[in-house]
Amino acid sequence: MTALLSLANVETHIAQYHILHGVDLVVPEGKTTMLLGRNGAGKTTTLRTIMGLWRASRGEITLGGARIETLATPDIARAGIGYVPETMAVFSDLTVKENLILAAREGAMDQTRLDWIFGFFPPLKKFWLSRAGTLSGGQKQMLSFARAFIEERKLLLIDEPTKGLAPAIIGALIDCLAEVKRRGATILLVEQNFRVAQAIGDLVGVMDNGRVVHSGTMADLAADAALQHKLLGLSLDTHQ
Amino acid sequence: MSAQGTDIDAGAALPKSPRDIVPLLLPLALAAVAFPFIPSSSTWLTLTIAGLAMGMMIFVMASGLTLIFGLMDVLNFGHGAFIAIGAYVATLVLIPLAGWMQADSIWLNLAAVVPAVVLAMGATALLGLAFERVLIVPVYGQHLKQILITMGGMIVAEQLIYALFGPQQIALPLPASLRGSFLIGEAAIEKYRVIAVLVGLMVFAAMLLILNRSKIGLLIRAGVENTEMVEALGYRITRLFVGVFMAGSALAGLGGVMWGLYREQVNAAMGAELMVLVFIVVIIGGLGSVTGCFIGALLVALATNYGGFLVPKLALITDIALMVAVLLWRPRGLYPVTSR
Repeated sequence: MTALLSLANVETHIAQYHILHGVDLVVPEGKTTMLLGRNGAGKTTTLRTIMGLWRASRGEITLGGARIETLATPDIARAGIGYVPETMAVFSDLTVKENLILAAREGAMDQTRLDWIFGFFPPLKKFWLSRAGTLSGGQKQMLSFARAFIEERKLLLIDEPTKGLAPAIIGALIDCLAEVKRRGATILLVEQNFRVAQAIGDLVGVMDNGRVVHSGTMADLAADAALQHKLLGLSLDTHQ
Repeated sequence: MSAQGTDIDAGAALPKSPRDIVPLLLPLALAAVAFPFIPSSSTWLTLTIAGLAMGMMIFVMASGLTLIFGLMDVLNFGHGAFIAIGAYVATLVLIPLAGWMQADSIWLNLAAVVPAVVLAMGATALLGLAFERVLIVPVYGQHLKQILITMGGMIVAEQLIYALFGPQQIALPLPASLRGSFLIGEAAIEKYRVIAVLVGLMVFAAMLLILNRSKIGLLIRAGVENTEMVEALGYRITRLFVGVFMAGSALAGLGGVMWGLYREQVNAAMGAELMVLVFIVVIIGGLGSVTGCFIGALLVALATNYGGFLVPKLALITDIALMVAVLLWRPRGLYPVTSR
């Protein structure tokens, strides 16, 4: 497996706080890598550090063999990374259409791709000219996904997409991610919901206290309840 | 499997995004409320047109500031410097062209005024660029330092004007073709006020067009809301910052020229004096909102004119009272955009 993204000994400070203590992580091309861990383990910080939204104070981040840890966020995005933040961060004063116009950096939106997105997320078509601020939480998440998918990206960074959403919407998101996977996308996905992680993950990295403390296949972790309990402090039964 | 058929379609029951038109009606309501208290309809009309003209000029000055705060989170107390500098640059251009200004030909008048306005806007845009690069860049994200350094910038600019031009007022006469009034019934409406209203409306329309119909405008509106996400989509917001700061400074310069011609004089302190009104308008309108700024400017100007006519002793507190009333009703202003 060729590594598309790799982090080597990455450290991040936010003000006086030392959040990442040397993260080592490899995200292979064409695979979905899940980043799991307890609250405060450093998962979101890892994604934000990759995007350059917080600066790595030490270590190396490479995308397709090129170092990106010193690049500005727009240059990192232009290197081919799509980002779906935990907060969704849709532009609420803009319409659904305007949000996607901005996401389609290279020019006009591709109608075929748009139709494909509408197939998964029909409300986006229905509320095409509505302000994003009037959408429900689930619909905002669909829009946030659509922004990342409106153009081909080398790598998708997705932060807790199912947080606080209704089961039906989570189902739609999983279907969409599964299809994106089938098309060969490379995804690094932070997720608290182990069932979701199990459904779409190929590989897994488990974080604790600002480090990756376990790497392996999702199938191996899903099959080992004791390991889950040790790494995540949960049993699959109680989390289902 | 698509999501069709699941209850994510429940969104169909969502209300359509409501247009909040109440603030838009406030200037009309204010004019209507004032009408019965003013002795004659011609006086009311004169006061109203004067209020609209003053409001448009304040809007032109304030619109750049609201965008600068909304997009860049910069409290620019130095904005007033660009108002004064714009007015002085136009004065410098117009003094040697006094003959053209006083000629009866509208074309000669325009040949003097247009270059003066263009040069004033160009000079303030360039000064805005320097101001942003030298003074603002080191204090991004630090409001207290922004207040101190931009206030310092304005004091320096004001003192430079004193040093170069002296403390006295300098006459800036209106061009001959803009002197005089139109008569509507018994009401005399000054030509220049009508021109000021038209220029203000054109600036407002242009800003709405750019903000709503262009990708740059979308980026500015998105950036006002969430600069980080705009960058994460691959856009260099810093360039946008510089562009908006230059445009905002140029608008302040234009406002300064309009105000100077309105008062037919310029003085070094005019920027600092106008900044009080400009800040009140930006706060009333809602930080970052151009439409809010437009409504706020009209409200402030109309209230000043009606209040000054009806209760002259209360004229000094009319604007502050209006701001307090609006903020009690809508604590984040009429159309808040930024969540900062």
